Amino acid sequence: MEANQATPVKYDMEVVRWFTIAAAIYACVGTLIGVYVASELAWPFLNFDIAEITFGRLRPLHTNAVIFAFGGCALMATGFYIVQRTGATKLWSNGLAWATFIGWNLIIVSAVITLPLGWTSGKEYAELEWPIDIAIAVVWLMYGFNYIMTIGIRKTSHIYVSNWFTMGMIVMITYLHVVNSMAIPVSMTNSFSIYSGVQDAMIQWWWGHNAVGFYLTGGFLAIMYYFVPKQAGRPVFSYRLSVLHFWALTFGYVWLGAHHLQYTALPDWTGSLGAAVSLAMIIPSWGGAMNGMMTLSGAWDRLRTDYILRFLVVALAFYAMSTFEGPVMSIKTVNALSHYTDWTVGHVHSGALGWMAMVAYGAMYHMVKKLWGVEKMYSEGLVNVHFWLATIGTVVYVVAMWVSGIMQGLMWRDYDEYGTLTYTFVESVSAMHPYYAMRAIGGLIFNIGTWIALYNIVMTVRTASSARSASAVPANA
Amino acid sequence: MSDHDKIYSTQLQDKTERSTLLMFVLTAIAVAIGGIVEIVPLFYLPNTAMCQNDPTCNNTQHKDLNGNVIPMDKIIWNPATSASKTLNDWQPGDGVRPYKTLELAGRNVYIREGCFLCHSQMIRPFRDEKDRYGHYSIAEESMYDHTYQWGSKRTGPDLARLAGKYSDEWHRRHLMYPRDVVPESVMPNYFWLADKKVDIAETVETMKVLTIMPFNPVPKTIYTDEYIAGAAAELEGKTDLDALIAYLQSMGNHVKFEEGVNYRD
Repeated sequence: MEANQATPVKYDMEVVRWFTIAAAIYACVGTLIGVYVASELAWPFLNFDIAEITFGRLRPLHTNAVIFAFGGCALMATGFYIVQRTGATKLWSNGLAWATFIGWNLIIVSAVITLPLGWTSGKEYAELEWPIDIAIAVVWLMYGFNYIMTIGIRKTSHIYVSNWFTMGMIVMITYLHVVNSMAIPVSMTNSFSIYSGVQDAMIQWWWGHNAVGFYLTGGFLAIMYYFVPKQAGRPVFSYRLSVLHFWALTFGYVWLGAHHLQYTALPDWTGSLGAAVSLAMIIPSWGGAMNGMMTLSGAWDRLRTDYILRFLVVALAFYAMSTFEGPVMSIKTVNALSHYTDWTVGHVHSGALGWMAMVAYGAMYHMVKKLWGVEKMYSEGLVNVHFWLATIGTVVYVVAMWVSGIMQGLMWRDYDEYGTLTYTFVESVSAMHPYYAMRAIGGLIFNIGTWIALYNIVMTVRTASSARSASAVPANA
Repeated sequence: MSDHDKIYSTQLQDKTERSTLLMFVLTAIAVAIGGIVEIVPLFYLPNTAMCQNDPTCNNTQHKDLNGNVIPMDKIIWNPATSASKTLNDWQPGDGVRPYKTLELAGRNVYIREGCFLCHSQMIRPFRDEKDRYGHYSIAEESMYDHTYQWGSKRTGPDLARLAGKYSDEWHRRHLMYPRDVVPESVMPNYFWLADKKVDIAETVETMKVLTIMPFNPVPKTIYTDEYIAGAAAELEGKTDLDALIAYLQSMGNHVKFEEGVNYRD
């Protein structure tokens, strides 16, 4: 996968270093806000009667922080790393990459300011208001253009599979963001979608599910296809399977959004179509998961000693689990129970914590060692501690939401012998309390892991920097 | 280099992997198709409440129990054919209408506070949802909802048919201190909305913007120049809490549903 090593290429890695550190910081902050909003649902006094930190205003900050701040920085760090190393070339424009770094972080800062103030477009996962939406479009195109041009100037004959997935993400997110954010402003801080009702709902979930499909799945599969083989020291199990995985996902994932709207006022065919394609997606998703897993065949023993590999393998297990669970939940009869419940929240987090964050941390630890030229992390033991906290935290979270979600769904539809509803709505709310507490604890366990990771990464960098200044080795500019 | 010339898949795949432009173009096409197939028809098919410039809403035909087509102006309020000529004359059951001034201000509060993150506004066609919330929601009912508010989660109950279920006073107490009324509630206190005056300029601007929407705009025969001109006086002295209550009390009583009629296709 790497080109001719005889003439070493000087890569543009400083921007990758900064994106990596930023990702590590945003993971701590984003999941901490998550723990807080989860706790607000368990113990509502935590809203403290302060408008800016009420659940309704803080929850979008949590989702934006983990998806766009942590996820975005992890994707851009790994993306710029992979595209250079698989193409044996520097970035097309190092300056544009820096502008992307600064722009993306300014967007994150603006989200931190505006969302607690209640400046929201009212679209889930696309809450940021129109001036920020325009900034996102500009910075995203800067990133995408630079990325694709770097593929264009590669020294290798073929484009590596990771870059296909990232290219798919760049194109699709551009479509989604532009179409879904179409709005007419009433002021600098408020705007309304040009679509209404049915059309707005379909476009919103076309956005919502494909942000998952192309950003949180496609983008992170790019990470998987590079870092799993690298860390295992073995080539990807099957090149042909990766071809199938890519084209099937790229063509098929786009259709899934409609399964979020089963039994709504949308025409039934849209939800059915979404569910049918969702079921079909099990095949390429599991093909891809197998492809990653089997890359380790012959190297399984390394799981005992290689903690980074543990992150990557467990991430693949969660990827396989989530991509089975999702299609099951899209089936109409299951969806009738699961929709509107915590089961959906649990499903999202088995993907976001188990798959996305785990694979990202695997890649980040791998990159930190390469980027700062060290053999080991500051503490390999702490990597293992982080691994277990992340795994246990995710499992506690997901199990709590499975139980509460299914219980909610069953309570809402339960009838007594007289043919009347057995439970009032608020009885279902109070029945959730123990699971909301358990979820907050699961999230907290995960969050503690992220702080340990940040500490470990910072200490590794500091140790490496002092060693480097001692030996006066010039850094890659 | 011979290894690099060998084809491990198909000729097209190999060619694509060697060409940045071809990979880009094929990917851009592949990711576009699903969205086009699922989204574009919703602007042209019946039963999608796409009604602008077309009183039949793309030939939407709800049929009553005798098989006769229910005229669309029974579903969607049309001041030209209705006995109620203005928004202030409108009565529940006259058909889907845009929001009145104060309700619109309340809807802005609803969106600002992120209520949609815990409350849905979309009742599904199930027995338990009918018993709990009322008749299932139909497409026409959210046709004026620019930035739809169906939601995706019921941490709290659905609100699609909240109108008239509780008194204004109940809502005032509940919104200000939810646990005073419902001890098990996990909703934040919103007493501070009672101290906040409605943003008049923003509400008036919202009305104007809704009339120029490219899809399903509010007809200028409903948001007339006089109606918009009177908005400021209407909102004078009102608080965000007043507005939010007005919005909640407007939800779901627009259409008079007939028992047994299938409004879904």
